[in-house]
Amino acid sequence: MFSKEHLIYLKKRKKRKRFIIAIQLLIIISFLIIWQLLSDLNIINTFLFSSPKNVFNTLIKLSKTDLFSHIGITFYETIVSFLIASILGLIIASILWFNKTSAEILDPYLTVINSLPKVALGPLIIIWVGASINSIIVMALMISLILSVINIYNCFLSTNNNYIVLLKSFNATNMQIFRKVVIPSNLNNIFNAFKINISMSLIGVIMGELLVSKKGLGYLIMYGSQVFNIDLIITSVFVLGILSFLIYYVLKLLEKHFFK
Amino acid sequence: MNLLEIKNLKKYYHDIKGEILAIDNISLSIEEHEFISIIGTSGCGKSTLLSILANLENKSDGEIIIKKKNFKIGYMLQNDSLFPWRTVLDNCLIGLEINKSLNQEKKNKVINMLKKYGLGDFINKYPSALSGGMKQRIALIRTLAIDPDLLLLDEPLSALDYQTRLALSNDLYRIIKEEKKTVIMVTHDVAEAISMSDRIIVLSKRPSKVKKIYDIKYEKRKTPVENRKEKEFEKYYNEIWKEIDINV
Repeated sequence: MFSKEHLIYLKKRKKRKRFIIAIQLLIIISFLIIWQLLSDLNIINTFLFSSPKNVFNTLIKLSKTDLFSHIGITFYETIVSFLIASILGLIIASILWFNKTSAEILDPYLTVINSLPKVALGPLIIIWVGASINSIIVMALMISLILSVINIYNCFLSTNNNYIVLLKSFNATNMQIFRKVVIPSNLNNIFNAFKINISMSLIGVIMGELLVSKKGLGYLIMYGSQVFNIDLIITSVFVLGILSFLIYYVLKLLEKHFFK
Repeated sequence: MNLLEIKNLKKYYHDIKGEILAIDNISLSIEEHEFISIIGTSGCGKSTLLSILANLENKSDGEIIIKKKNFKIGYMLQNDSLFPWRTVLDNCLIGLEINKSLNQEKKNKVINMLKKYGLGDFINKYPSALSGGMKQRIALIRTLAIDPDLLLLDEPLSALDYQTRLALSNDLYRIIKEEKKTVIMVTHDVAEAISMSDRIIVLSKRPSKVKKIYDIKYEKRKTPVENRKEKEFEKYYNEIWKEIDINV
């Protein structure tokens, strides 16, 4: 069916892909082996640096008790703040698009709030909202919402002006321009803004959990440091890495599904 | 029949440094079924004139008199601006959607137009699959879908390569004549204007005024490409070429 050259091309592509995955695996496996060897040979102190075996054992021990409820809480907080940041971000950006004067008025405020290190607001949020899941979600929103508004609004502004002129020549209303051009031409960009929201939400949630919480992966890390349990800290970080990778991967699959 | 009359039209542009007079006292009347071309050097304000007629910009002074009720204007931009997320048919229906006048009958009319002008196989394709010339034809049909009384063409062929441009000038001309439309076309291509129009209006440099009006008459008017071979073509070309100030 295909020419010989094409078959060779396909084979080469496949080979290259396999090679890359093999090297990727090799890197992580050799990292773990070296880490384990160094700790077995007492070159590094397992009390300070832990070891793959210790992490694995901690993981098993934790999973028998409450690991999944910690993951669940962190995941829940992340998803809630992601949803609020995305939906609210989309709504606020739309309002700003319809009313460009208000966008211009708000511009310096948005810039200041966006550039402010939000950790600084942590203590205030705890005092105002209380030491609960809510204050963690508020903290995550602080980090993700403004950025979400700015990102989505900017992509609205970057809409191809020719499309807008075209609709105006048909006497379109602002609402029609928004629905028929601004939204459909920016679906991809909006999705990208959502991708940024999810990582920002996760950052905010962990930050919040480090400051105040009784549950969650951030809490485990904080607790580990207070009782000087390095195994627990590294295990929690490891689980967190897997969690964020999974979330990212699901988004990537969704993107592939919607924008082929 | 006199379709539209422009009287003493003026347009100023304002910015922080001051104001610029872009159009100075243009008067013009347009007959029904006429094909008018407006030519002039770039930046002379010819596109501004179209934008004002299309209601995209406000005039500073003067009058635009339209006798007909429910007068509809179709504006075809230089660039096809087809939406990549819509199929060819859906792109052509956008004007009707905006006017809220889309119904099955009008949809069928658009489908028939697409079929008639050789785009039948592409009705459900996306614009990315089409050539530049096809896209421009679709853009014209999109403009015609709302059944405009006056068609404004802003350099409709300038984004295309020479071969396509020649071929498409025939296609556009045929479509426009078969649909019995009145046209004002802005172009900087003298040959294109002579081969397609009934009347050519030469504008001066900014601030633009009507410098001269040419009635283009052929012994036997053919297609735009054929017209280029007529003896009148050369005569008009030399006359108009002299009339436009080109300072390179």
